[in-house]
Formats: sequence, C-alpha cells, structure tokens
Amino acid sequence: MDWLQQLINGISLGSIYALIALGYTMVYGIIKLINFAHGDVFMVGAFIGFYAIKGWGLSFLPALIISMAFCAVFGVLIERIAYKRLRNATRIAALITAIGMSLLIEYGMIYIRGAQPEAYPADVLPNKAINFLGVHINSQSLFILLTSIILMIILQFIVQRTKMGKAMRAVSLDMDAARLMGISVDKTISFTFAIGSALAGAAGVVFGVYYTKIEPLMGVIPGLKAFVAAVLGGIGSIPGAMVGGIFLGVIESIVSAAGFSLWRDAAAFVILILILIFRPSGIFGKNTREKV
Amino acid sequence: MLKVNDINVFYGNIQALKGISLEVKEGEIVTLIGANGAGKSTLLKTLSGLQKPKSGTIEYLGETISTKAPQAIVKAGISHVPEGRRVFSNMSVEENLELGAFTRKDTSGIRKDMEKVYDLFPRLLERRKQLSGTLSGGEQQMLAMGRAIMAKPKLLLLDEPSMGLAPLIVKQIFNIIEQINKEGTTVLLVEQNANMALSVADRAYVIETGRIQISGTAAELQASEEIKKAYLGGH
Repeated sequence: MDWLQQLINGISLGSIYALIALGYTMVYGIIKLINFAHGDVFMVGAFIGFYAIKGWGLSFLPALIISMAFCAVFGVLIERIAYKRLRNATRIAALITAIGMSLLIEYGMIYIRGAQPEAYPADVLPNKAINFLGVHINSQSLFILLTSIILMIILQFIVQRTKMGKAMRAVSLDMDAARLMGISVDKTISFTFAIGSALAGAAGVVFGVYYTKIEPLMGVIPGLKAFVAAVLGGIGSIPGAMVGGIFLGVIESIVSAAGFSLWRDAAAFVILILILIFRPSGIFGKNTREKV
Repeated sequence: MLKVNDINVFYGNIQALKGISLEVKEGEIVTLIGANGAGKSTLLKTLSGLQKPKSGTIEYLGETISTKAPQAIVKAGISHVPEGRRVFSNMSVEENLELGAFTRKDTSGIRKDMEKVYDLFPRLLERRKQLSGTLSGGEQQMLAMGRAIMAKPKLLLLDEPSMGLAPLIVKQIFNIIEQINKEGTTVLLVEQNANMALSVADRAYVIETGRIQISGTAAELQASEEIKKAYLGGH
C-alpha cells in the first residue's frame, strides 16, 4: 500500500503546482504573456504568510487570507507598473520585462530582508499520521489538498458564473468584441492578475507549511514547474492547469518513490520537452485557429 | 442624433478616412455602401471608440463622443455589431446575450430584453445552451445582433450583416433590421450588398477610398445611373 501513500503525497504537491499554474494560464489566456514573475509572487505570498503566523500569531486560515489579499494587490501593481504599457509591444519585449520583474522581486526581497531562509512553525496545521486502510496519510497533505480543492472550486465559480468571470472569458476570446460589449479591458486584466496572484499567494503559504523552509529564491523552481504544468495541461486552459499540476506532482512522487529522487526536477523538464515535441497544445489545449 | 464632422483616421501612416462627414437622424435607417477597403468598417470602429480620429469630431445626442472610451459609448446607447459577427465562440448563446447587457444593472429589464431577443430570433432560444461557435453563420449573425440589442441601444451600428450568408437568410436578417428600426432603434448599416441595403434604408452615403462620394435618399440612389453601374450590377 506504499504506492497509495505516494499517490496522495503526489496529489498534494501537484495541487500546489496547480494553484501556481492557474495564474500562469489565466494571464496567458488573457494577454498572451508568460508572466515569469509569477513564481516570485508565490515566494512573496509564502513570506507574508510566514510573518502573519510568526509575527502576529495568526492561525493558518487568516494568514492564508492575508497573504492572498496582499498578493492580489501586488500582482495588480506588477501589471500596472510593468506590463500595461507593453500591451501593444512585441511579445518578446513583454517576456523580457517579465524576466526582469522576476529578478527585481527576488533581489528586492533579498535587499529588504536578507537572503537567509526562514522556517515555518511546524504546528500551524495538525501534523498527524492518519491510518486509513493500513495506509499512513499525513494529515497536513490532506489539509493542503483540501485547501487547494476549495480554492479551485471558488475559482471555477468566479470564472463560470460571475459577471467578472464572464468578462474575463470574453476578453480572452476576443478583446475588441469585448470592448464593444462595454467591458473595460484594463479592469478585466487587472482582475485576472489579482485572482492569479492571490492563488499564487495561497500556494506560497501552503508550500511553507508543507516544506517548512522558505527563502527569497524559493519561487524559481516551483514557478518553472508550474509553468510546465500549465503547458502540459494546455496553456490558457483552466482545467488544464489543474490537471497538469496534479499530473506533474504525481509523476514527481513516482520518480522519487522509485528511488530516483535526485532526478525529480529533471522529470518535470523531460515532460516539458516531450509535450513540446509531441503535443505542443497540451492535454486540454486547442489548436488555435487563425482569425481571418 | 449622430453628427460626424470632418473626421480623419489613420492606421500608422495610412489614412483610412479622409474628411468624412455624415449625419444620422433619430428613427432613420441610414446605409453606408462601398467596396472592400473603402473605409466602411473603420468608420464604424471610430464611432464605437475602437479607433480614435486624428482630427474632426463625432457628436451623439449633442455630446462629443470621439474622445470617449468604448464602454462609455456603449453606455450612452450605441451598440456595434462588428464585421464577421465576432461572437464569443467558446461561450453559450445565453452567455453571449448576457455579455451584451454587460453595462446594465436592471436585472428585470435584462431578463425582459432577453425574452424579446428570443422572440425576435426563435432559433437562438432553441440553441441557448449551445456554444456559439457551433452555430451556423446566419445564427451567429442573429446572435451578434441579439447581443447588441441586449445593451438597449438607441443607435445600432451594423457592419455587413449579409456577409457570407445565403440569400434567404439575408432576407430574414433584413426583415428583422426593419423590425428593430420600427420599434424605435435608429440604424446605421454598412453594406456591400447595395441592393439589399438601399431597399430598407431611408438615406444612403456612398464611400470610396476614405471619402464620401455621393449621398442622398435611398430612392434617389437607387435611381441614379452612376450607382446602378458601380454598385447595383444593373445596366
């Protein structure tokens, strides 16, 4: 029954990737930009959560909410300051700006608080081994999975049912037609950044609780892996990001469980290469039709 | 209702509209006919705020709208049905109609207008849960028009509603345009199908390479030899 344990670990880890990947995919869907600073929003979220728990003595849920709110504002600021004026620039210019933004946030954080890591307090979430049909499941991974699932359900509700969600989908399908409906494209893009960044912030807190160690460059690898997850699912597709993230998490756990834990990170990038060769549009991606 | 005064519109260095002036009075159907690339769509895009004129003014109900953002223009009562329909293909028919009412907050009024649209286009009611990308061209045109009506416009801008449609469907669409107009919406209709457009319009403008060449009542233009030769395919 060891494999079941690994599977649950993998799904929990994957749900963190999925939360980050959602931000990548939503931003890409709407302005066709790979926001490489997204992994750093995740890092900032982890630190905000840490200070809320350690500094203010808050428990998990309020810390999560504060971190999400902060990251939402932070994400909107990044968009307004760096990306908005590049809306009509070439995509490569925007991409380079995103990389620059990423470095700015990483080293800005080091400048402000130093490069030393911090350790999340271990007792934020109950850490017990639950015995289920002879399988030992860590209660923390269940909590993390639950948090991610709830956030994804809320996201799905916002995107499918609310007016802002419909505006988001309309803008990502056809920006000019959306303008003709009276939708403010600028507001909708800001809203997308806010939601995506809030999810990254939540992922940061969850990651901190699960892995305990956080530091200013912690966003790089999970950010890249979430990007792989988004591409795997089909970039621009929300269900794709969820499935892609979880799939990637499970693969990594399997690779670790098989005794190749040093190869864990490589597995993600091998998947990226395979996807780009054999199915560049991803699992849920459509072949984009050229508009005439 | 709408007064366009000497507007000049550029795409980069290329001038698409050269000193266009025209007028639409309340309750009219005015048509703008002309060949491909004459500047018809550019004019409509400028009216709805997607393009900004370099000079000249657009007055609507006594207010200058040429500097306003598209959403303010929609709120003021101008709806634009763009060329090629541009329905939101991955969204259902009903969601498309809801988006048409994006600037409105009167929930009960929106529901009433949705019923009105379904009365006008029963086909849309049959397909309300269907993704709009799976509709036929004629149905998409109906949806694009219904979506524009959902904004409760005073002035409806229609860009080539007949494009790519079978003659029978074109006839249906034009009947509905007349009906919408009778119910009190002013219409500015851009068409390549000059015959059809002149048959429903009160007045018409002919646009060629960014300039208004001829204007007059629809009847005058239908009778004009010049127009017959160039646009109506007659001899």
